[in-house]
Amino acid sequence: METMSPLERVLRGLALTLVVVFFMFPIFWIFLMSFQTNETILAIPPSIVFSPTLSNYAALITGKLQTAAGTLDIAFMRNLGNSIFLSVASVAVALVLGVPAAYAFARHKFKGSEDIAFTLLSFRFAPPLLVLLPLTQYFQWLGLSNTYFGLIWVYQLICLPLILWIVRGYFEDISADVEYAYRIAGHSWFATFRKIALPLAGPGIAAAGLLAFIFAWNNFVFALVLASADKQPVTVGALAFVTSSGIQYGQIAAAIVLSVTPTLALALYAQRYLVEGLSLGAVKG
Amino acid sequence: MASTETLRRPASGFRISRKMLPYVLSLPALLVCIGILIPFFTAVIYSFQRYRLSQPWSRQFNWGENYLNFFTDPAFWNTLKVSLLYAGITVTLELLLGLGIALLLQRRSTINNFISIMLLLPLMIAPALAALMWKLMTNPSFGILSYLASLIGLHDFRWASSPDTALLTVVLVDIWVYTPFIMILLLAGLRSLPTQPFEAAALDGVPRSFVFFRITLPMLTPYILTATLFRLLDSIQQFDIIYAMTQGGPGNTLTVFQVEAYLNFFQSTNVGRSAALLIILWAITYTLSNVFIKNWLRLRERARGEA
Repeated sequence: METMSPLERVLRGLALTLVVVFFMFPIFWIFLMSFQTNETILAIPPSIVFSPTLSNYAALITGKLQTAAGTLDIAFMRNLGNSIFLSVASVAVALVLGVPAAYAFARHKFKGSEDIAFTLLSFRFAPPLLVLLPLTQYFQWLGLSNTYFGLIWVYQLICLPLILWIVRGYFEDISADVEYAYRIAGHSWFATFRKIALPLAGPGIAAAGLLAFIFAWNNFVFALVLASADKQPVTVGALAFVTSSGIQYGQIAAAIVLSVTPTLALALYAQRYLVEGLSLGAVKG
Repeated sequence: MASTETLRRPASGFRISRKMLPYVLSLPALLVCIGILIPFFTAVIYSFQRYRLSQPWSRQFNWGENYLNFFTDPAFWNTLKVSLLYAGITVTLELLLGLGIALLLQRRSTINNFISIMLLLPLMIAPALAALMWKLMTNPSFGILSYLASLIGLHDFRWASSPDTALLTVVLVDIWVYTPFIMILLLAGLRSLPTQPFEAAALDGVPRSFVFFRITLPMLTPYILTATLFRLLDSIQQFDIIYAMTQGGPGNTLTVFQVEAYLNFFQSTNVGRSAALLIILWAITYTLSNVFIKNWLRLRERARGEA
């Protein structure tokens, strides 16, 4: 690789530029659109020179949409609140359930442990609708349809396997000798888990939690099937918003920008752990 | 320190025996998941019933009829064809693109690291929202891509709303979202390869195409396999992008398995057919995931070993 001709250098630069443009342009363009009124959006040819307006964001935040037919209420902020609540609560539950289980799988090779771990992993790859469609009826019988409780439970399908497999890898990386030494000093199992294992696996647990949050936030189909308007997160809400707001393109763009900002920010923050998380611990970054 | 610790602790009320401990620890996670296994078996039962939500009185077991009907059902063959086509095209293109980009970014440098982080962003956007972004960009009256298409002579290019180009459009969105996934795994793989074979080849003046096909590619194969199978498993079940973009339309151009099952359930309320479709999809993904898990385990062992 050391010997690179000037021509090759130029070609590589060109190829990389094209790649960056293809992957970055849509984000850039929607971001610009969110500061535009319909007049400038509809102008032909499109221009990146315009006087930016915050009116789209103002309309979303106040929940009042001015249209030719009158004022329309939009529930977008409610969707945003639902997304935050559902994702945070799902990850918290998944951590409480998943971290002890991950520790058990990492430290104790007990009977059936691999089978159980793989059953949990296989949830990651089963078609979600296969479970969701019958679940709509069970939820009706149980009175769980359109409740946060029901949604958070189903969100465990995404969060739990992720937490379990990533955190398990982190526990396996900690030498068991440290824990034995602490146990021999007369400490209980629980004290060892809390004082030794948890702090050492801390960064991994945090990373797994952030990733689970991103996946929960980005989920679409669970809430599409199981939640009605007042419980829907942004992914489903934004789609409904497109239909209801009709031609308020600037506001749609602003809604998309608000919806993707949290995950993009978290991804940048946790990017060191993304490779490992996305491959469920198979590839180290 | 240690003694105060033990003194402060009240005499333990109950003790969990060493043998039971792992079961106790993993039990809560299991219980949550059992709640999810029950609907799975329910779906199997549905798939062997004539069951329409609009005619609950006619609900009865018809055993394999839902499955047998598929043989003579052109809509089913269309679903199978579109699903395989979608998965095949997206995964092939994403693999080629992802490998190409990973090779371009292989050398560690500030700019390369910066670019590889930037390229992750599409992957972190919800696929349903990514589809909305592209919907805005391909809008016939103001979409920037429609405008660009008109500049190269493609006037009135309809993107996702024409049956001729709908597949192409959703494939484009899928590539935009998921190529970074393959890229990031292969880049990590490339950077973890041992350096000696490459140094030896450079010393011997081996041509670079030979190095690529005989050294790089074989050593990268486990990573390529894992990334491909991972994507294949997701892609054959794609729902978010297609549903948010076209809801399976126009007509039945994009009625892949999960979209068709969703429409069957909620629009034509044919629960039996919907469940049978999903069971067939599950059989496909189950087979794939067994191959996948074997390969993934091998890679994981290696990652842990090198840690």
